[in-house]
Amino acid sequence: MGEELKVIVFALAEEEYGIEVDKVRTIERMSPITRVPKTAAFIKGVMNLRGVVVPVVDLRGRFGLPEQEPTDNSRIIVVAVDDLEVGFIVDSANDVIDIDTDNIDSPPEIVGGVKAKYLHGIAKLGDSRLLIMLNLVEVLNKNEIEQLMQLEG
Amino acid sequence: MDMNAYLSMFIDESNDHLQSLNENLLRLEGEPEDLSIVQNIFRSAHTLKGMSATMGYEDLAALTHEMENVLDLVRNSKLKMDSFIFDTLFKGLDALEAMVQDVVNGGTGKADVTSIVSALQSIFSGEHKQAEPDQKAAATGESASADKPILLLDEYQTSVLKQSIDSGHQAYHIHVTIREDCLLKAVRAYMVFNLLEAHGEIVKSEPSVQDLEQEKFDRSFTVFTITQTKLEDLHVQIMNVSEVESAVVTLLDEESLHLLSTPTASQQAENEIKKAKEEVAAAIAVIEKKDEDKAPAAAAPRKEAAAAAAPAAVNRTIRVDIDRLDTLMNLFSELLIDRVRLEQLSSEIKRNDLTETVEHMTRVSTDLQNIVLKLRMVPVDSVFNRFPRMIRDLAKSLDKKIELVITGADTELDRTVIDEIGDPLVHLLRNSVDHGIETVEERIAAGKSEVGTIYLRAYHSGNHVFIEVEEDGRGINQERVLKTAIKNGVVTEDEAKKLSSDEINMLIFAAGFSTAEKISDISGRGVGLDVVRSKITSLGGNVTIDSAFGRGTKFSVQLPLTLSIISAMLIKLGSEKYAIPLSSIVETSIIRRSQILNVHGNLMIEFRNTVIPLVSLSRVLETPDFNDSAEEETEIVVVRKGEKWAAVTVDEFIGQNEIVLKTLGKYLTNIEAISGATILGDGQVALIIDPNALIK
Repeated sequence: MGEELKVIVFALAEEEYGIEVDKVRTIERMSPITRVPKTAAFIKGVMNLRGVVVPVVDLRGRFGLPEQEPTDNSRIIVVAVDDLEVGFIVDSANDVIDIDTDNIDSPPEIVGGVKAKYLHGIAKLGDSRLLIMLNLVEVLNKNEIEQLMQLEG
Repeated sequence: MDMNAYLSMFIDESNDHLQSLNENLLRLEGEPEDLSIVQNIFRSAHTLKGMSATMGYEDLAALTHEMENVLDLVRNSKLKMDSFIFDTLFKGLDALEAMVQDVVNGGTGKADVTSIVSALQSIFSGEHKQAEPDQKAAATGESASADKPILLLDEYQTSVLKQSIDSGHQAYHIHVTIREDCLLKAVRAYMVFNLLEAHGEIVKSEPSVQDLEQEKFDRSFTVFTITQTKLEDLHVQIMNVSEVESAVVTLLDEESLHLLSTPTASQQAENEIKKAKEEVAAAIAVIEKKDEDKAPAAAAPRKEAAAAAAPAAVNRTIRVDIDRLDTLMNLFSELLIDRVRLEQLSSEIKRNDLTETVEHMTRVSTDLQNIVLKLRMVPVDSVFNRFPRMIRDLAKSLDKKIELVITGADTELDRTVIDEIGDPLVHLLRNSVDHGIETVEERIAAGKSEVGTIYLRAYHSGNHVFIEVEEDGRGINQERVLKTAIKNGVVTEDEAKKLSSDEINMLIFAAGFSTAEKISDISGRGVGLDVVRSKITSLGGNVTIDSAFGRGTKFSVQLPLTLSIISAMLIKLGSEKYAIPLSSIVETSIIRRSQILNVHGNLMIEFRNTVIPLVSLSRVLETPDFNDSAEEETEIVVVRKGEKWAAVTVDEFIGQNEIVLKTLGKYLTNIEAISGATILGDGQVALIIDPNALIK
């Protein structure tokens, strides 16, 4: 048996993803977002999180998946990595589970259209349910955003 | 008893006492005769000793005890302060500070202080005087020579006087005595100086000009001057200054000069006395004044008033963890959102008692908001208060004479900024002391007063705080800066030719740049001004240099109030709301389409007889649901950046409001034309426009 890992599970375009619970500050319902001009398309803007201005990223857009209008199930997961604090818009988030770290495999080359470098690994949850563990540091990589900005600009 | 519960209190209070010990010792150095200062020092030391012993920090208590012994003798006039005692006490303070710092870092506060303790013990037993005959001479000589200043010239002054005699000028030694009933001695001294300066040049005065201006002299003073005026004429003119009792003018020749510059054996001792005395008295004087225009003489009473008020203030403040304040602030913004909702509900429900209650709540929460916002503001004094001591030590180690003048210490800045600006300011001040201010000899040779002055100023301007470090030193040698820059590869020779004077000055902020020819303790170790600039830039600030070669340098640091309140104009662009800082708005107005001029493809308007560019905000910000080109009449905001103006078109004005500045965080940086964000009353985020970016 490996260590137990508590993970927040969320859905994004038919796939299930996981983020370690200690990286998640809060999960919010959709709230008004103020557009920030001249930023990458997947940066939806900023929101007021109890007095703190937090940038909001559409995770579908970040992974190059087709974006969709928010629904009642949409959630904003606010994560904190180092001193970065960012909200991710996801299709839904409604589960917290424990995973045995032994059940996490390193990521294969291509999974559901999301580039492998954004992934930590794949967790097998029995019943052939797979959970994609996100590599938050890469997802929040600012250099890449700047490169994307230049491509768009 | 669980001591941990009291640990943070002990640390806070120890730091307070150490700070007050430092300040009071510095004051005492300026006024060694004032025993009331010794009383204050003694009380602080005594409390510190008691606290340390209670908390079980034996080394701290033991060292404080030894210092207390010495202070007790001084307090009871059994011991006269001299520079050795001052140095030892300062060393003791440094050791205490290090020990308290160790406690802060979770240590036991233990340190090897045997050398300081033995020095203190030797002072206590009077041994140090035998050990250092010079010091003894200084101590005994001081009282004897108190009313009769001994005047000696140093090498430079002698050579200046000698040269002028050689070239046919007259050098005079003038001893002026002012009438006993004179009310404004400093003014009379000033008048005499003015007169002498009109006729020639003053080489040296005793006491120094600074002391004279601050009325730190008894009734007489002595001046060495070079002039072409005849002795009798000069005498008559000085006597014409009212309330001058006598003026003894002596013509100096080479022989008398020689006598004054090469002290005989007995004079040698007196020289030592004078040096020791000067070190004590004039190494540093700190004047705190709110307003520079105020007469220096007014500074002293204010300082005493502040000292008297201090103990009362201590009891009326409490310390709060900054995180708790943040939480309070954020919870409060939540409350504001609910308030807006309640206001909406009450206007829908239209019940009188509900409306009244909501209105009352609105008033209370507005007041509450003001208080919460002000809680985070800290006077910049908490950073400035460690500088007098630092300058004193630097001046001493470099053998320079420096006066630090602090103004605007009550300027308030957000706590987050206060925490960050200390180090950059230390760098700038050290740079001023080391590179800026000349040595006493150099200053005299350059015709300046021997005491260099460093001004440290803080003031508000718009939504910025400015902190300036200015000295009257040697200024930036642009030739040398360029040479070094080219040698270090900061610029190429071709580039160097094109640089403006300001750009050359800014080169000293380049990485790896140092004009110091030799590495000193204070600067030139490669940790240069580039660190200062990057730190200030990272805070969203800016630093500029203004320097005149031979006359001094001014560093001007502009800092934003990251989390403070500014007045802003809220505007609408379609469904989006933005805030424009009021400080950069000249005025608002409405223009018709027909007033817009097209100059070489650029849109301009005529405004107050000049033509200024017209900037479409909706185009800059790429707003999705508003386009001003369709409007026949459009609202404009005229903004300014220095001398440049521009008109910015907006959709609609919402009105003027106080807003809380917030950053966009580290994920979104350098967004064009956006300087930050604020949270509006309805809980929505509005972006703050950076008008500077709109003006090219």
